[in-house]
This record gives sequence, C-alpha cells and structure tokens, in this order.
Amino acid sequence: MIAVGEQAPDFTLRNQDGEKVSLSDFAGRKLMLVFYPGDFSPVCGDQLSIYQEVKPEIEEKGVELVGISVDGFFAHKAFQEKLGIDTMLLSDFEPKGEVARAYGSYVEKMGFANRTLVLVDEDGKVAWTYASPNPGEFPGANVIFDALS
Amino acid sequence: MSDLSSAPIPPVGPDDHVRGEGEEGSIVYADLGCPRCAAAWQRLCEETGRLVFRHFPVAGKHPRSPALHAAAEAAGQQGCFFEMVDSLYADRGRVDDPHLWERARGFGLDLDRFEADRRSAETEDRIKRDFRSGIRGGVAGTPAVFDACTLVAVREREF
Repeated sequence: MIAVGEQAPDFTLRNQDGEKVSLSDFAGRKLMLVFYPGDFSPVCGDQLSIYQEVKPEIEEKGVELVGISVDGFFAHKAFQEKLGIDTMLLSDFEPKGEVARAYGSYVEKMGFANRTLVLVDEDGKVAWTYASPNPGEFPGANVIFDALS
Repeated sequence: MSDLSSAPIPPVGPDDHVRGEGEEGSIVYADLGCPRCAAAWQRLCEETGRLVFRHFPVAGKHPRSPALHAAAEAAGQQGCFFEMVDSLYADRGRVDDPHLWERARGFGLDLDRFEADRRSAETEDRIKRDFRSGIRGGVAGTPAVFDACTLVAVREREF
C-alpha cells in the first residue's frame, strides 16, 4: 500500500464516457480514490451505491469521489447507469491494473484491485489510506468521514 | 456541515418502530427493496424479544426502495407500519404505486393522508435520520443486525 506522505503517482485513465482524466486534473482539490475489484459484483454495487447516498456530504467537505477498477470504460458506463450513480469511474484497463499496482492496491493472484481508499490532498500527496482485509468487505462510509474529520 | 463520522447507533427511542416486548432484542437496519432482507425478515420476527426496524434504503441497488420506505413510514403514521413492512417483504413483485394504494386500502388507511404523508418532508427526514445513524454505525450492506447497539451480523458476501 502506498504510504501516507508520498507523492501520489500520476495517471491518465479513461472515465466512463471515454474521456481521458489525469490525477493532475485534480490539482488544488482533495480526491478520494476508491479502488474496487470490479463492475457488477454485488459488494462493489453495495459500496458505490452507499457512497453515492452520502456523496453530497463528502463533496461538502471539499473532496471529490472517484472509483477505479480494471474494467473497460464501456462496462463502467453500464455499471454507472445500472446503479443510477454519477460517481466518476476510471478504467485501469490497459495496461491492466497499472495504476492499482502503483498505489499498492493490486492483488496479483486475483487480477484486480483490493478494496482500497486513498485520499490525495491538494498538493497531490497521499494524506490517508485504507485497505480492506479482503475484497468481500468494504469500509462503511463512516470510515471516509472519519478520515475527513 | 453534516457529520457522518463513526458513532454508536442510537439506543432505542420513542420514535423507533418496535415489534415485540421487553428490553432485550435486536435492531435491524434494513432495505425494503432488498431480497436478502426479505429472506431474513421472517426469521428475525420469529426471534424472541424486541425487534427494532430502522430504515436503510439504498436506491442504487433497489430503485423502488425510497418509495417503499416512505410508504411504510406513512402507513406507520396511521398505525400500520409493520403491516406494510410485512406485506412488502411478503410480496416483492408488487411494489408499484397502485400496489401501495391497494395495500393502504386493505389496511383501512385514509388514502389521501397516506399519499400526503409518504411525500412529506417529515417522512423524508425520518427515513434519513435512520439512514444516517446506520452510516455512522458502520452499516455497509443490509440487513445489518445489532444486538444492544453492537453490530453482530451482516449477510455473507464474496465480492
């Protein structure tokens, strides 16, 4: 897992609409990166749906919420539409999991990212991290607010 | 600014929806659109002691959930909260508005009042209050069952 205080590795990935998005686009703002195993899994659906319910409160605290998984951006779009969410989803698709590896979140034997939260501050440094003990568990939204308080 | 950081779930209060008697029992954060909650509901009701129902609708997973929770809350304002909950869990295929009106009529509710109540700001606030207390208590999936305000069970999941 990437360490708190390190410079967050920059990346450029496509979002659910196929648009290129870079970490540097968020310079001057706080960003909560939500690494998750994969679109359409039951737990990922629960996680992103619950976070969506409290997204206005997260944004009130000046933090943008962005999901990242190894799925392609077409899958992201369908997943976003299925859940009725507007959280940006980034596609860590090719090279597969490269960004998750850079943040120490990738699980080689499973072929996807562990459920990991990384808060990047306004200067692009890692301010806080959380890694789930296993991909079947996700941190409740309270954990995000604990990190922001 | 809203505070949704970790906090114990509130103790049972006068505004809670309580089924059964006694000081001992469970508090369940449940989603009325959730099939796993429906499957667990009968068993939870058969357990001895007091059962407290708290709203935890997750619209992303179950788009009708907000409407169903509002209907239950509105029915509760006419004394039929658990009748509505039981009925919604027992027949998950009939959850559109006409089905809700049919249930309300069946319970003998004042339909105009039911309609007004389920769309009121008070009802929305009441549901949000439960939801937010669940968030602060670490609810990350339903049903989430607490025993004396300690989370004891969530459904098993892989990923």
